[in-house]
Amino acid sequence: MSEYITHDMTGNTVGKVEKKFFTFAEPPNEMILDSKAKLGPITIAYETYGTLDKNRDNVVLVLHALTGDSHAAGYYSENDDKPGWWDNMIGPGKGIDTDKYFVVCANVLGGCMGSTGPMSVNPKTGRPYGMSFPFVTIADMVRTQKALLDHLGIDKLLSLIGGSMGGMQVLQWAIQYPEMVRSAIPLATTMRHSALGIAFNEVARQAIVADPNWNNGDYYEGKKPDMGLSVARMIGHITYLSDEAMRRKFGRRLQDKEDFSFNFEADFQVESYLRYQGAKFVERFDANSFLYITKAADYFDLARQDTSGSGIQVFSRSKARYLVVSFTSDWLYPTYQSRDMVKAIKKSGLDVSFCEIEAEWGHDAFLLSSERLTNLVKGFLESVYNDIRK
Amino acid sequence: MSTMISENNANLRFDLQVIASWIEPGSRVIGLGCGEGELLHYLKKHKNIRETGVEIMEERVATCIAKGLTVIQGDISEEIADYADNTFDYVILSQTLQQVYQPLELIHEMMRIGRQVIVSFPNFGHWHIRGQVLFRGIAPVTPQLPYQWYDTPNIRILSIRDFREFSRRVNFRIIREVAIDSDNRNRFGKITRFLPNLRATYGIFLISRK
Repeated sequence: MSEYITHDMTGNTVGKVEKKFFTFAEPPNEMILDSKAKLGPITIAYETYGTLDKNRDNVVLVLHALTGDSHAAGYYSENDDKPGWWDNMIGPGKGIDTDKYFVVCANVLGGCMGSTGPMSVNPKTGRPYGMSFPFVTIADMVRTQKALLDHLGIDKLLSLIGGSMGGMQVLQWAIQYPEMVRSAIPLATTMRHSALGIAFNEVARQAIVADPNWNNGDYYEGKKPDMGLSVARMIGHITYLSDEAMRRKFGRRLQDKEDFSFNFEADFQVESYLRYQGAKFVERFDANSFLYITKAADYFDLARQDTSGSGIQVFSRSKARYLVVSFTSDWLYPTYQSRDMVKAIKKSGLDVSFCEIEAEWGHDAFLLSSERLTNLVKGFLESVYNDIRK
Repeated sequence: MSTMISENNANLRFDLQVIASWIEPGSRVIGLGCGEGELLHYLKKHKNIRETGVEIMEERVATCIAKGLTVIQGDISEEIADYADNTFDYVILSQTLQQVYQPLELIHEMMRIGRQVIVSFPNFGHWHIRGQVLFRGIAPVTPQLPYQWYDTPNIRILSIRDFREFSRRVNFRIIREVAIDSDNRNRFGKITRFLPNLRATYGIFLISRK
């Protein structure tokens, strides 16, 4: 997802940042997951940018999407060719202004970028968890983030922001710890994962488990299921774009050739692009993590957590202000799903703003540099920040 | 029936100044078709209201949210249905009634979700308009209604007198009524007391259920 970011050490940046780790839930105090399984110890990788106010009330928690990580902004070293995945939004004077706010971003539970996940070593066996890793949910991810904030001494969040699966965590936070959340910004997301979303995830998972190297998840000492994982990523990239985005970006243009090759090499630019994205992805991502995290997204359904069962009262305990944003060409989380969310929030008597941004780039639009999105986020955060100072 | 125009609202368009003067401080206010949120922003800043706006155009919505206003992008007739009875102290429909497909239903909905409703609209009974129809035989084009017949969003032609008649038919109460003579964008204007249906460019009404 960070393919849009280019090197910009000279521009506005939070500069050099460091990945930190927090370990908790040491046995016998393991965390009890939604699946009833116990997990511990749990390590969460995280980064922070900006300065925590002495009142500790300027915290913005950033939640990453499916394949993101804690590295949302800045650079690990001068030699990095790319900053964090949301560097266009987070930094001095940017949408999430690090001169004003203290930004926290953590890698999700089940991930593979430093937080405990299926590739972590199970201390009981001395070997990676693999398929013995318990199933995790969006609510479990949120529980680990709450533990991290407790550790950092933060008990109120000025705001939460995230797109896609990050948006699911935003919504889950708002109903799971309502007293902590002053405002929330779910972007390009949904209250419940749709059949379409589940379908794409299932095909992606099947691609992984069909790879002979997957070996029932036990591949950490041998060949990895790179083919399966790269196909899974290719499917993902189709869902992140749109008909129009692909038409504009690739059309039917051929890749480095004048005519058809009459073989199964990548003739078209779109094929070449997907293969490249797939190949690049396997270098940084763990196939088992992909299985677990997509399943967590599929299980996400806020309405199931509503006592009335309808989902309409799910926000009734929340006290937050909301900014909901969708994108016109997003077919993975289309605007009607954001409108359902807005309706539910309205019916709970809460303040909600909603904007559907005209964007041709499909679901990925929330990651792209956009003046419109930046101004929305900036204005909304400032207004919440000013409200608590009244 | 006094309308106070104070110093600090002088940058607001004149018709909005009149509306602003009617709003009690600390109220819950919804602006339907709120544009770039000039009125809501003013009321939030100077009268400490809790605001909601509804606006259909993305660019205007984005401008409102960037100002820190709570605004939903959507169609007013659809968005209004989600609110419980008496959610708001004031429901404002400023210069939009003449563009609404189902004004009767909308007025009913507005009075359901709010205790008081403020409606303003361009007065089609103005002498300038009458003159163009009568003497030139053309569909009127005025500074307040600058559109041609083929591109106008104004599909409901009503005058101040029509609206009073409407209040008797639909059975709502007119609490306040002001006719003004003002340009569309102008922050200057005056209240028209003599022959308002002939001389005023806009009518502004504060109404409620009976």
